[in-house]
Amino acid sequence: MPRLLCDGRSLELASDQSVLDALSGAGFEVSSSCRVGACQSCLVQAIGGAPPARAQVGVKDSLRAQGFFLACQATLTEDLEISLAGASALEVPASIAGVNLLAPDVLRVVLETREAFAYRAGQFVTLLREDGLARAYSLASLPSEKHLELHVRVLPRGAMSNWLAGPAAIGSQVRLRGPAGDCCYVPGDSQQPLVLAGVGTGLAPLWGVLRDALAAQHQGRIELWHGARTPEGLYLTHELQALAATHRNFSYHPCALEPGQATSDVRLGNLDQLLLAAVPAFAEHRVYLCGDAGLVQSLKRRVFLAGASLQRIHADAFVGSH
Amino acid sequence: MSSLYDTLGGAAAIEQAVDIFYRKMLTDPRVADYFESVDMDRQRGKQKAFLTMVLGGPNQYTGKDMRTAHAHLVKRGLNDDHVDIVIGHLGSTLRELGANDEQIAAVAALANSVRDDVLGR
Repeated sequence: MPRLLCDGRSLELASDQSVLDALSGAGFEVSSSCRVGACQSCLVQAIGGAPPARAQVGVKDSLRAQGFFLACQATLTEDLEISLAGASALEVPASIAGVNLLAPDVLRVVLETREAFAYRAGQFVTLLREDGLARAYSLASLPSEKHLELHVRVLPRGAMSNWLAGPAAIGSQVRLRGPAGDCCYVPGDSQQPLVLAGVGTGLAPLWGVLRDALAAQHQGRIELWHGARTPEGLYLTHELQALAATHRNFSYHPCALEPGQATSDVRLGNLDQLLLAAVPAFAEHRVYLCGDAGLVQSLKRRVFLAGASLQRIHADAFVGSH
Repeated sequence: MSSLYDTLGGAAAIEQAVDIFYRKMLTDPRVADYFESVDMDRQRGKQKAFLTMVLGGPNQYTGKDMRTAHAHLVKRGLNDDHVDIVIGHLGSTLRELGANDEQIAAVAALANSVRDDVLGR
């Protein structure tokens, strides 16, 4: 059986056991969240031997070159030595400067870092609480802005989201790891039509990508489709309407599954059906899809079959924690 | 002699070919189930490697890779009929990109050369 060497200890791994499970089982404290290779909370560094390629998918090139990999995705066929300190060195201290409600179950969390935190609009970070609790969230802010902004959906039993919603969070010291992800606006091809579609807090990266594209003076049409269960769950509506009013090439399409109290111009129905009915062909488009993993995967497939090249679909599927 | 890979336009043509080819698989009910994949990008990467190989481009694909990659599909019933269908879609993809009958036949012959590896024989 292959052995995993970590901080002077040697663990034997069964062929289907992940490095993350082996470490947790042996009492090591390793942050983790989604456990399916999406959130990058469980990043660890190999210092002897090569980590499996499959566990480095999505890891930033510079980190991959230093041996960083996702512990949840790594099973071993040969011995590997790792360091848990490596990942801590990547973390940046931050403090929670503000929390307010954007929608009944969505928080805007504003973070302040002492040193500049380099990222691209639309990327995501791992937020680590002092006790090691980790969750990945997309950045809604722009690098040119002073603070970092996250949109956090408050889940009934969400450990991080309920803590953030409570009184203890404001002013707390946290750590950030990242950024990661390539759900970003790419300058060039400025005439290309863009479609940005997301549900719930999938709006966070789209809000960043949209403002980044507008700041880069993108010339092609830009459509932003945002879906929620009811119209009350939609947020940043005034800001988006204001952008649509001041930018001729930008349009905002709010959608909801069920009608709500407010009478408004919200379209009713499934976001994917509404989008595909409005945009029948995607051959020319660059597409950004964010939010609930099931919806993002289904939309990605449908948009691909409707003519979009897979290379021009930037998708960020949010995977819940276990 | 230049390969069809170069004749069609090299790496850029492969990007276009793989989108067309993958779309054909996903919309053909006879094989679509075998191409279902949670991660479409990973699936696309595999198809790109396959197309590069059969078009004579720079590739590191080996018979062993083909064997390992398809073993779980063979367990689910992958057989010669499916391979025929895939080679058919490969041909129509190349036709859309401007290949002629002779070129398509040469690619089909290369694809056929890994048939036994794909089917684990």
